[in-house]
Amino acid sequence: MDISAINPALLLASLMVASTAVLIAAIGELIVEKAGVLNLGVEGMMITGAICGFIVAVTTGSPLLGFVAAAFGGAVLSILFAVLTQFALANQVASGLALTLFGLGLSALMGQSYVGIKPPSSAKLDLPVLSDLPFFGKVLFSHDLMVYFGLALVAATWAFLKYSRAGLILKAVGENHDAAHALGYKVIRIRIMAIMFGGACAGLGGAYISLIRVPQWTEGMTGGVGWIALALVVFASWKPWRVLLGAWLFGGVTVLQLNLQAAGIAIPAEYLSMSPYLITILVLVIMSFDRSGAPASLGRTFHASQ
Amino acid sequence: MIYLEKRPQPAKALSYFTPVLAVLITMVAGGLLFAVLGKNPVEAIRTIFWDPVFGEFAFYYRPQLLVKGGPLILIALGLSLGFKAGIWNIGAEGQYIMGAVAGAGVALALYPLEAWWIFPLMIIAGALGGWAWAMIPALLKVKFGTNEILVSLMLVYVAENFLKAMAIGAMKNPEGFGFPGSRNLQQYPSAHNTEVIAGSGMHWGVAAAFIAAIMGYILLNRHMLGFQIRLTGEAPRAARFSGVNPGRLVLFCMGTAGALAGLAGMFEVAGPAGQITTGFNVGYGFTAIIVAFLGRLHPFGIVLAGLLMALTYIGGEAAQSTMQLPAAAIQVFQGMLLFFLLAVDVLTNYRIRITLGEAA
Repeated sequence: MDISAINPALLLASLMVASTAVLIAAIGELIVEKAGVLNLGVEGMMITGAICGFIVAVTTGSPLLGFVAAAFGGAVLSILFAVLTQFALANQVASGLALTLFGLGLSALMGQSYVGIKPPSSAKLDLPVLSDLPFFGKVLFSHDLMVYFGLALVAATWAFLKYSRAGLILKAVGENHDAAHALGYKVIRIRIMAIMFGGACAGLGGAYISLIRVPQWTEGMTGGVGWIALALVVFASWKPWRVLLGAWLFGGVTVLQLNLQAAGIAIPAEYLSMSPYLITILVLVIMSFDRSGAPASLGRTFHASQ
Repeated sequence: MIYLEKRPQPAKALSYFTPVLAVLITMVAGGLLFAVLGKNPVEAIRTIFWDPVFGEFAFYYRPQLLVKGGPLILIALGLSLGFKAGIWNIGAEGQYIMGAVAGAGVALALYPLEAWWIFPLMIIAGALGGWAWAMIPALLKVKFGTNEILVSLMLVYVAENFLKAMAIGAMKNPEGFGFPGSRNLQQYPSAHNTEVIAGSGMHWGVAAAFIAAIMGYILLNRHMLGFQIRLTGEAPRAARFSGVNPGRLVLFCMGTAGALAGLAGMFEVAGPAGQITTGFNVGYGFTAIIVAFLGRLHPFGIVLAGLLMALTYIGGEAAQSTMQLPAAAIQVFQGMLLFFLLAVDVLTNYRIRITLGEAA
């Protein structure tokens, strides 16, 4: 084995890429959970977004249109969840699971004739001057647009929740939906919008995997990233910046184990592939000591009595 | 204006009727889906739901019903206990794998010894394998309050990788010409999970599933523990005041679910599947979630639901070969079923009121 073959600049650069999908999906779920809704269907929405984006990008030749379609596809699927939990008042855990099972099947059905095709490649946003910087140029300034979009999304979500009136209302709905209802806020409407935002983000995250990260289509290709996104939200105690930290941690572990596999370490590849999931469990355990951040109405059904 | 009024108690009659209604709606929606795919919807539904049981080749399909239904029922029975109490073990797929690996491990370690006690030992190992895997999220939940949904699910991916490592590593058949996969247990008489009644599809795992359904019924209706499970699900606070130990309940529900899923995996690897391969698990652990809900978390309901779900698998395969219906269409179909089931459930818990004009 040759550890020195692992270049730290390349490692950090690919960490940024590896963390983007889970980052975008987790930020979406963060907003959903801040509104008091637990949507366990992230994996299903991600994979649906992945195939929607893939199909549109391949057909139109434009990755950008692909991402738009992915966001749309994820949001449409999330409406199913919204109808189930907000109008039919179904259990959120079960509905989220249903969404994941359905999304996995639907994406497999949609993607049958797209296996083995290469999508149009996305342009790298090589920032002039900055990308020529030693080390940092490679790590920070020579990525595709979505990497920066993900970072901007974190900042925007943080600002939205902290400084905007709408963000405050969203949090009020998540903390105590009865009080928010009494104040005249439309709890159901706000929650549906949050759920759709979460769906769009999950779709984008999924498309990032199928269009840039891998890039091709295979059944079930998200491989649990949606679930890891859910875990990240818990890890982050519902704080956007800590989602970013968690995404980097996850991306770092993923990239490192792939590099170790490539470097020919003596541990079989299967055991190394377990590491992102095991680290996620470990992190969940450590974070379970801190329950302060969870929205108080999380997962509870709201039904306005007459 | 339409609004929902909460019923003081869930409507009992409706709770039996809604699963049937959901199946019917799914058939209609599924028919539409098949029509969109360019297949004759009536023929597709008939191929999936009618032909395997009553059609020309039913003699071939009927045993398959038990073979596919057995593991689904076994896993769903375990899951239903937890679901009733609000404990969400969704990692049954991983527990199923670990049970299979543990059971097969015992057999492969003893090969080629022939003895009557090998199969019983494998059963114990299978149950223990699944139980141990489920104990990880259970103990973390009890000790640290860690979310059992996420941990049990993460462990599915860990188990899948472990299975791969076993299939190409420690458990690889030394006489397999380098191909991945273990020895075939069907050719190892002491370890083979044979049919109880030849040609019926009823192997020991199916028998275990039926026994488990009866025991589940007794537990839930005649035993204090079953009462505590139901109480915890319906009124957690009341349960705590009446002295139910929530931690013990988590350990019991998760442990039982894990053991039953492990058993299902062990019976599968020793019987229908025959060997440990990289693609051994086919998603029974996830489909069982649908089975548990479709059966209304009731042991006998789960038996019926498991058989119905097995029918969609078998009919789906038949439709694949005769009508070129894509395999994924069945997966979508099963997913839709859970959706509609959850949606029509609103009828059991709420009354739909329609008033003319503005509601006050």
